[in-house]
Amino acid sequence: MNWQAITLSLKLAVCVAGILLAAGLPIAYWVTFSRWRWKFLVEAVVALPLVLPPTVLGYYILVGLGPRHFAGRVWESLFGHTLPFTFGGLLVASVLYSLPFAVQPISAGFEGVDRRLIEASWTLGASRLATFFRVILPLSAAGAVTGIVLSFAHTIGEFGVVLMVGGNIPGVTRTVSIDIYDQVQAANYDVANRTALVLLVFSFLVLTAIYATNRRALSIWRRP
Amino acid sequence: MTSDNSKMKTIRTTFARALLAGLALAAPFPAARARDAATLPQDAAKPCGTVTVAVASDLTHAMNEIAANFEKATGCAVRLSMGSSGNFLTQIENVAPFDVFFSADIAYPKKLEAEGLAATGSTYLYAIGKIVLWARNDSRIDITKGLEGLRDPSVRKISIANPEHAPYGRAAEEALRQSGVYDSVKDRLVLGENISQAAEFVESGNADAGILALSIALAPGVVEKGRYWNIPEQFYAPIQQGVVVVRASPNPQGARQLLDYIKMPETAALLERYGFVLPAKIPTRGKP
Repeated sequence: MNWQAITLSLKLAVCVAGILLAAGLPIAYWVTFSRWRWKFLVEAVVALPLVLPPTVLGYYILVGLGPRHFAGRVWESLFGHTLPFTFGGLLVASVLYSLPFAVQPISAGFEGVDRRLIEASWTLGASRLATFFRVILPLSAAGAVTGIVLSFAHTIGEFGVVLMVGGNIPGVTRTVSIDIYDQVQAANYDVANRTALVLLVFSFLVLTAIYATNRRALSIWRRP
Repeated sequence: MTSDNSKMKTIRTTFARALLAGLALAAPFPAARARDAATLPQDAAKPCGTVTVAVASDLTHAMNEIAANFEKATGCAVRLSMGSSGNFLTQIENVAPFDVFFSADIAYPKKLEAEGLAATGSTYLYAIGKIVLWARNDSRIDITKGLEGLRDPSVRKISIANPEHAPYGRAAEEALRQSGVYDSVKDRLVLGENISQAAEFVESGNADAGILALSIALAPGVVEKGRYWNIPEQFYAPIQQGVVVVRASPNPQGARQLLDYIKMPETAALLERYGFVLPAKIPTRGKP
């Protein structure tokens, strides 16, 4: 079994979840509370990866951000290399690809907070930032947890984008889903079997732990 | 309380929606880049119906032309799926409804025959593949230096097919080892899922050089974009390409017709034009 690939996937997923927690909170806050009339445009952009096939994102990263195009050359002059075939490239792709999985549940959590409590906090003199951290976030923690867990899980399960732009470099871009695909192609069913089983058990345990500790908020199975 | 409930419901529906969308996205990525060569109606008037063909990706361009000629000559319809040989092997072992399988490695058709999954005795060596070093026209790399030139650190990424399951990748790795540059390039290799993807990496400029199939370097759309250098044949075992009729073929008659068509001199000439070496013209060397 390829532990290097498993570790790499975990590392990628942790980084993506961390970035999306940091970026998802302000984006979700803005999406939830902004009254800008063109807000729906931003909402549509955030939700795009839900609809777009991974091949579209992969194509743009490979070609649009490749060294043949302006954006790619700008990137190269800033960071010394282009995105494809690097861990950074996978990170950028995964963050974009999992963005709605973080923003939407967090935003739904914010929407669930009683508006009167937020206004009460403001009238009592708390700043917007203090209100956010001491009223809104604690009351919508379930949404944030859901967002983070979903983006983590979604990154572990990512395949298409990585296949297109990763270049399959061991320890850098060969994630566990790619490893399983390779093993199946090479007809190493034993290895594929074991890795697939580890992934299955791992995913099940993560979701079980989340549902067990966070029953009420995350339950999609029970009706109110 | 009612407003709370309705908000909870919003959270749930949003979450459920996100989850559903997630599940939809998780659907398996098409393993082979399946593509219909021509959208032909399943015409009952045609004598041999539709022949569904799994094609190793190095053969993509040649096969499009062969299929068109075959359709004209016989009135059969041909449906082509392009992908990696290893992937097709797995799919056929799991009863994929292909009639004919063109592999980049004759070992796969032989394996299918041995497993009883291909028609006995139908494996045929249709061509020998060659590999070349390829770089874009606008690249600064001097490919006339051959594989030795890859030692130059300004060659940052070198694209090859995955040696674990792609025959052209195996040959590329072998050539790099034989020429003694493997250790100096191994950290700069990027692996394409099949030879077409390896080509796409270097064609798009993301890799600086690539070891590709000659048939791809000569293909329209690629040939004008770059230059290539023939890798001496003593550096790698010949890439023997085999075709076989799948045992579970839904259209065995059509499959046989296509197999016969491949053996005709004009098809062989076409293959040669696309950069393949014909089996009859291969000097016998140690390898079977």
